[in-house]
Amino acid sequence: MRGLRGVLRVQQIRELSLFVILIMVLLLFGSQIENYFTPRTFDRIATTVAIITIVAVGQTMVVLTRNIDLSVGSIVGFTAFLIGRQFAEFRDLDPMVAVGLAMGVGALMGILNGLLVAYGRVPAVVVTLGTLAIYRGALVEYSGSQSIATRQLPDWLKELPQQTVFNLGEVEFGALPVIAIIAVILFQVILTYTRFGRRLYAVGSSPEAAEVAGIPSRRLIFTAFVISGALAGLGGFVYLARIGTITSEAARGLELQVVAAVVVGGVNTFGGSGTVIGTLLGALLVGTIEQSLIRMRINEFWKDALLGIFILIAVTSDSVIMSRLRTWWAERAQKARRSQLPASSSAGKVKA
Amino acid sequence: MNLLTRFSWLRRWETLLFVILCVVIVINTQLSEHFFNVDNISNIFRLSIEKAMVVLLMTFVIINGEIDLSIASVMGLAASVLAFTYEAGWSLPVGFVVAMAVGALCGVINGFFITYLNMPSIVVTLAGLIAYRGVARILLEDRSVGGYPEWFTGLAQNGMIGSFPFTVILFAVMFVACFIILGRTAFGRYVYVIGNNRAGAEYAGINVRRIKMTIFVATGLMAAFAGLWYAARLGNIRANAAEGFELDIITMVLLGGVSIFGGKGTMLGVGLSLLVVLNMRNGMSLANVSGNVQTSIVGALLILSVLIPNWAQSLQNTKWWRSFVERDKPSLTKGETAKGEAG
Repeated sequence: MRGLRGVLRVQQIRELSLFVILIMVLLLFGSQIENYFTPRTFDRIATTVAIITIVAVGQTMVVLTRNIDLSVGSIVGFTAFLIGRQFAEFRDLDPMVAVGLAMGVGALMGILNGLLVAYGRVPAVVVTLGTLAIYRGALVEYSGSQSIATRQLPDWLKELPQQTVFNLGEVEFGALPVIAIIAVILFQVILTYTRFGRRLYAVGSSPEAAEVAGIPSRRLIFTAFVISGALAGLGGFVYLARIGTITSEAARGLELQVVAAVVVGGVNTFGGSGTVIGTLLGALLVGTIEQSLIRMRINEFWKDALLGIFILIAVTSDSVIMSRLRTWWAERAQKARRSQLPASSSAGKVKA
Repeated sequence: MNLLTRFSWLRRWETLLFVILCVVIVINTQLSEHFFNVDNISNIFRLSIEKAMVVLLMTFVIINGEIDLSIASVMGLAASVLAFTYEAGWSLPVGFVVAMAVGALCGVINGFFITYLNMPSIVVTLAGLIAYRGVARILLEDRSVGGYPEWFTGLAQNGMIGSFPFTVILFAVMFVACFIILGRTAFGRYVYVIGNNRAGAEYAGINVRRIKMTIFVATGLMAAFAGLWYAARLGNIRANAAEGFELDIITMVLLGGVSIFGGKGTMLGVGLSLLVVLNMRNGMSLANVSGNVQTSIVGALLILSVLIPNWAQSLQNTKWWRSFVERDKPSLTKGETAKGEAG
């Protein structure tokens, strides 16, 4: 037991079990659907997961600080339409400029959210429920009930999803999943190894203590919302590349899948614990279930009900099982330390 | 001192709402000569009565320090259950009872996870928002179910008692009932106490769990009823019925001066803000503002209805404001001074 505790943390057990569940889900669908384990299935799932993951990474930052961003679906829709229209007007728009524009506009929308939450002291649910409606309304006005068609887009963008970046055996990794993987690795490193990352956890686990410790919690919460907005903008770019046809209804309800991915991935809704890798696993689970149910045709309508139930199970298991496990392990560790205590404390006295 | 400032602040918020309401009505009459038409006035109520019904119960939820994002999905689910059972050949009253039971069940699920497992209401009801709508999709898939008997659709569309539309009277009765329960009963006081200080309420021997549970189940029931009413009014049900209603409902509650942090707010304020939002939407419709822009404006209203009280609060805490108020009427705003003078 001690050995196991040395190797694994509670969070990692959570992720490991999620990984097992993911494999079980894959096997289950594999036995139900013909030709399931093919590169094509993988590709479909990977591109869906790519969009969810990119946006969910930003959402992770926000949830870590005990907040929530419900406006990401509208941001994705708005930025996808915005750059779609730019491409329709200037066909030879530079790719980097397009990505920068998408992320910039997304970040601007995130700035509004962040200002209101961090400095206006309005709860995140209220702010983002409001901006969800506002950004969607802005999109409808901007689109003027027109839509972006695939033929209006430049060829390189249309071919982007099919472009293979590297192969892993028979499986090809397209450009979109690679963008998502880069985002995951980048932000996992930021969370684990930078001061900013550690401070985000600190703010989430106890805002009061963080404030006392001199951590600028408002600025951190603000930054988390800006990151979430910028990544939602990047998600908009990926959405445009993947879907091609963008209407004013684009990505409506995506925020629900994103929040589901984050929560299922083990990011605590009370803030302060969770990893980006967990979020990736959550997104994989959500995306796999969605795409597989679509392939089963009859049960396509079961998607949302299952998603909701998954969130409930994930949150319940967190609050009931995981917290018990955490306290249990902590108690055992304390006992173990106490049993060693006499020797060490006497040694300390001698030294003193 | 606290009590005094709080009461005066509340009184001012409701006065402010009343002023806003008058302004909105004046603007509306300027926008269109049809505004003061009797048909239009009763339309304001009839066309959004479902939202207004749920707002009453949502007030209890938010004063209690929680939030329920799943209401719109419960409305849609109840309507879909009715449609599903009707399609399966069940009689309408039986379907009605089943749909109400499903609504109550949704409330029980929300309440159980929130009160007994101590999970945040935002996450639980967000999961509910997805799941209940999902069940509605499973039941109706992409069909549209209509063809209900005349008495059912007629009830909501043009039922009259004397010269008043039935819906308006029904809502008035509900409003008065909620007003009395929240403002004049022990239960209502407990709702405030729990919202202000949950731990304190528990130490005072209030059965916090039972009260929270009661509120969530009642909200589920009311949402189901409102969903059925919506179904009757439209006469045609799809799985996406009432989608997005939570925005309007939460806006009406918060604009009414109910604090999102719990423990503050009155039914009177909520009633006034309900009138403000309904009249605003009506005015915008008369001025041909598109539905999506209307929704955006309601979204902005939602944020402002929390932001402005926050600003007012910080303004009251500034030195400048204090010195300003103290010079004006020291004995009323400064508790210590008043006490000192009395002593």
